[in-house]
Amino acid sequence: MSRHLLSAADLTREDALLVLDTAEEMALVEERTVKKLPTLRGRTVVNLFFEDSTRTRTSFELAAKRLSADVINFSAKGSSVSKGETLKDTALTLEAMGADAIVIRHAWSGAPVNLARWVHGSVVNAGDGTHEHPTQALLDAFTMRRRLGRVEGLKVTIVGDVLHSRVARSNVLLLSTLGADVTLVAPPTLLPVGVESWPAQVSYDLDAVLAKSDVVMMLRVQRERMGAAYFPSQREYARRYGLDVRRASALHDDAVVMHPGPMVRGMEIAPEVADGVRSTIVEQVRNGVSVRMAVLYLLLGGASPAIGGDA
Amino acid sequence: MNYLVRDVRPYGEGEPVDVRLVDGAIAEIGTGLSDGDSRVYAGGGAVLLPGLVDLHTHLREPGREDAETVETGTLAAALGGFTAVHAMANTDPVADTAGVVEQVWRLGQEAGHCDVAPVGAVTVGLRGEQMAELGTMADSAARVRVFSDDGTCVSDASLMRRALEYVKAFDGVIAQHAQEPRLTVGAQMNEGVVSSRLGLTGWPAVAEEAVIARDCLLAAHVGSRLHVCHVSTAGSVELIRWAKSKGWDVTAEVTPHHLVLTDDLAASYDPVFKVNPPLRTAADVAALRAGLADGTIDCVATDNAPHALEDKEAEWGAALPGMTGLETALGIVAETMVLPGRLTWRQVAERLSSTPARIGRLEGHGRPLAVGEPANLCLVDEAAPWTVDAATMATRSRNTPFAGRSLPVGVRATFLRGTPTVLDGAPA
Amino acid sequence: MTAAPDDPVQTPPKTVLSGADVARVVDRMAHELLEKTAGASDVVLLGIPTRGATLARRLADRVRAFEGLVVPTGCLDTTLYRDDLRLKRPRPLEQTQIPPEGVDGALVVLVDDVLFSGRTVRAALDALADLGRPRAVQLAVLVDRGHRELPIRADYVGKNIPTSLRESVHVLLIEHDGRDGVELEVRR
Ligand SMILES: [Zn+2]
Repeated sequence: MSRHLLSAADLTREDALLVLDTAEEMALVEERTVKKLPTLRGRTVVNLFFEDSTRTRTSFELAAKRLSADVINFSAKGSSVSKGETLKDTALTLEAMGADAIVIRHAWSGAPVNLARWVHGSVVNAGDGTHEHPTQALLDAFTMRRRLGRVEGLKVTIVGDVLHSRVARSNVLLLSTLGADVTLVAPPTLLPVGVESWPAQVSYDLDAVLAKSDVVMMLRVQRERMGAAYFPSQREYARRYGLDVRRASALHDDAVVMHPGPMVRGMEIAPEVADGVRSTIVEQVRNGVSVRMAVLYLLLGGASPAIGGDA
Repeated sequence: MNYLVRDVRPYGEGEPVDVRLVDGAIAEIGTGLSDGDSRVYAGGGAVLLPGLVDLHTHLREPGREDAETVETGTLAAALGGFTAVHAMANTDPVADTAGVVEQVWRLGQEAGHCDVAPVGAVTVGLRGEQMAELGTMADSAARVRVFSDDGTCVSDASLMRRALEYVKAFDGVIAQHAQEPRLTVGAQMNEGVVSSRLGLTGWPAVAEEAVIARDCLLAAHVGSRLHVCHVSTAGSVELIRWAKSKGWDVTAEVTPHHLVLTDDLAASYDPVFKVNPPLRTAADVAALRAGLADGTIDCVATDNAPHALEDKEAEWGAALPGMTGLETALGIVAETMVLPGRLTWRQVAERLSSTPARIGRLEGHGRPLAVGEPANLCLVDEAAPWTVDAATMATRSRNTPFAGRSLPVGVRATFLRGTPTVLDGAPA
Repeated sequence: MTAAPDDPVQTPPKTVLSGADVARVVDRMAHELLEKTAGASDVVLLGIPTRGATLARRLADRVRAFEGLVVPTGCLDTTLYRDDLRLKRPRPLEQTQIPPEGVDGALVVLVDDVLFSGRTVRAALDALADLGRPRAVQLAVLVDRGHRELPIRADYVGKNIPTSLRESVHVLLIEHDGRDGVELEVRR
C-alpha cells in the first residue's frame, strides 16, 4: 500500500495527473467566500521542519487548514530536537500525539525515507537535503499547465546548480513522467556525476537552448558555492548562466520564466525578468497551496491513499 | 587439557584425518589415532584451517564500550574462526602511546578468546600532524608492528614518507586508509549514478586511487613496506597490480562487504549500508574478487566496525560509517570466492591467515598445519548454511549489513593454542 | 455500469424509462419548474456531477425552448463534503462551476439523476453554504428510488421507482452512455 510522497518517482503518470486535476478544483476554493473545506476534519497534520523555510511551511500549513485539518508546527529550533533527540524519537512522539501525516523538511537527504519507516501515518517530503522536493515539482508542473495548457511535449530548460538542487531532481523525474522534454543547463561543476543517465538533455550553453524553450526554470545559486570553486565569481556566473534582459528577449512570445524561490536577484535572474510578464514566480506561490491541498487530500482524504509510494 | 580432533580435512584436501593437540601445539596428525588421555572432539569432516587472522578490527575499547568491548569483540572474532585480530587505533583515548596499546593488548589476553595485536596510531591523536612514538609502541609489551591512522588518511605526503621510512627500524608497516580528504569533504557514499540520484555527496574512486598511487611511489622511493587498507575500487586493484609488478613491497586487503555489496543498497537510506570507504559498483566488486583471486590483493580483513544503535538508527548523513564483520567474514568469502571456484581452501588459509600474520609480523599465527606448529585452528563446516541474525550475534552492536542473509558455511570450532574458544558453533 | 453478458446468474436489466420517456419526463420537469418558481427568473440550476450536471443543462435547454429564458446553470461537486470519505480511497474530484452571477439571493435548484439515501444532497447543501447564501434551495431528480437515510425530499421528481436495496438504478444519458433510458438491475 502506498501512503507517502517521498519522491517524484513515487508518482505514476496517472497519479501525477490526478494531483494536477485535483489541484485545479482546489484552486477554486481561493475564489470563494468561505475558503475552507471540511474534508480533513479531525485529521492532524504535523509540519516537522528541521530547516527554516517559512515559505514552504506556510504553504503546507495553509493547505492543511483549508482542508480543516488540525495543524501542528514542530520546528527543530526550540524543541527537544536541538537537545539531541533523534529523528526517531521525534517521530514516535509526534505519532503518539496522533499525527495522521508528517510533512518533513530536513537538511539530510533521505530523512523522510527514514521517517516513513518509523511511523504509521503518511509522510510528505517537503524537501530533503539535496535529494528531492516533490510538491515543488508538482506545483511547477501545475503552473506550466495553467500557463501553457499542457505539460506533455513542453521544452523545459532548468538552469543553475543542478548538483545541489532537490527542485531539479524532482522536476526532472516528474516532468519526464509527464512527457516534457527537459534540458539541464549548468557549468560542468554544478552537474552531478552520471547526469547522462537522467531522463534529460544536458548543455553548458544557455544561449543555445533558450530560443527553443517553452519554460525556463532558474535555480537558486548560493554564493557559498564560489568558496568551493564551483565557479570563479558571481559576475562570471551571471554572465554565462544568468537570465538577464537580453537573454530573456531571445525567448519566444509564450515562453515563461519560473523560479522556485527564494531567488538571488542579479545572480541567476535579473529583477526585470523576475518581475516581468513571463514570470510565474507569484503564481507558483499561489499554486503551491492548491497542489499541497490536492496531495493532502489524496493521501489523507480516504480510507487509504490514492497516490504515492511506500518507503 | 589435550584435544584429539577427529575427522577433519586439512585445507579441505584429501581424506579426513585426526589431529592431536598437546600443550598448545599440533602433536600428531594421522588416521585412527588412539584417544589416549586426550579429550575427543568430533570434527564431522570439517575443513581444518589455521586460525584466521584479521589485520583490521575496531574493538572500540577504550572509549565506546557501549558499542563493543575487547571481551565481546574478541568473542565475536573467535566465533568467526579468528585466533588473532589487529585492533585499530581510533579509540578514545587514541592508541598512540605505549600505555594505551599495552592496555588493549592486556585486555585481549585477559578475555582469552583470541590474541589482540594493537595497531598503533601513526600520528598523535590521529590528527595527521605529528608522528606518534612508533618505536616506543613497537618496543612495548604489545610489540606493535602495524601502524595506522585508520578512519582518517595520513594525507600529508611528507609525513607519510617519514612514517614509511621510520618504521623500517623495527620492521613495521604503515597501513594506510587511502582517502584524499579534499576530494571527500562531506562524502556520504560512492560517487556515481546512485549518489547523484539520492542527493548524497559522492566519495569518488579517485580519492582512494590518488592516495594509493602516491603511497606506492613513496614506499618504493624509501624502500619501505606499505599496506593498503580496505581497497574498494577497480582502479586501486590496477594500481596495486602495477606496484607489485615493479617489485615494490606493497600489500593490500579487501573487506568481505566490498566483495559482495554494492552502492545501490544506499537507495534505502538505511545507514547499515553506510561504510567508509563506501560500497562501490558491481564492476568494482568484480575487480576486487579477481584481484583477491590472483593475489594482487593479499588478504581479506574485516574492518569490523561496531556502532551503538543510536549511531546507526539515524538519518544517513548523521549516522556513523561502518559494519560489523567478524562473524560473517568467512561465510562471505566462501560465498563469493570458494563456492564459485575462485579460491581453494588452501588459498583461503593464505588470504585470511598466513599472509595477514606475515604482514602484521605476528608470531605463532598463520602457521602451516603441521606437527610442531602452534595449535591455532579453525574448523569450517562446509555444508552448514545459516542465516545471519543481528540480534543473536556475539558483538554488542547490531550493524551487520548481512542480517537475514544465508551464508553457506559456518565455523564449527576454533582453537587458540590448543584450547577451544568455540565448539559446535558456540562459545566454548 | 455494464453487466457481464455471459454471466448466467445475471438477470437482464429491466427498462423502466425508454429514451422517449426520459425526454418527456425532462420536459415535464421543466414545465413544473417554471410553474413552481413563477417563471424561474431568479433560478440558478446546479447539477451534481456527472449525470446531474448533464440533466441540469437539459432542463435549462428546455426552459429556454419553452420560455426563451436563459437560466444560469452550473455544476457542484460534493466529493469534498461527503460523509463517507473515510470508507474508500480518495476519489477524483468532479468539476465545480458556479455561474458568474453567483448564488447569493438566488433560488438554487440542485439537480441529480437518482435520489437514494439523501447523503449526496446533504453534502451538496453543505458545499452550497460555503459558496454563498441562496434565497432558497430546491431539489430536482430524474428518479426517486426511496430508502432515504436523511430528512430530505425532492421538489421535482421525474419518476418514482420503488426499489429493493438489492437493485441498482442506472440512469443512461446520451452524453455519457450513448442513449437515454433508466434501467433497473438486480445486483448479485
Ligand atoms: Zn579505514
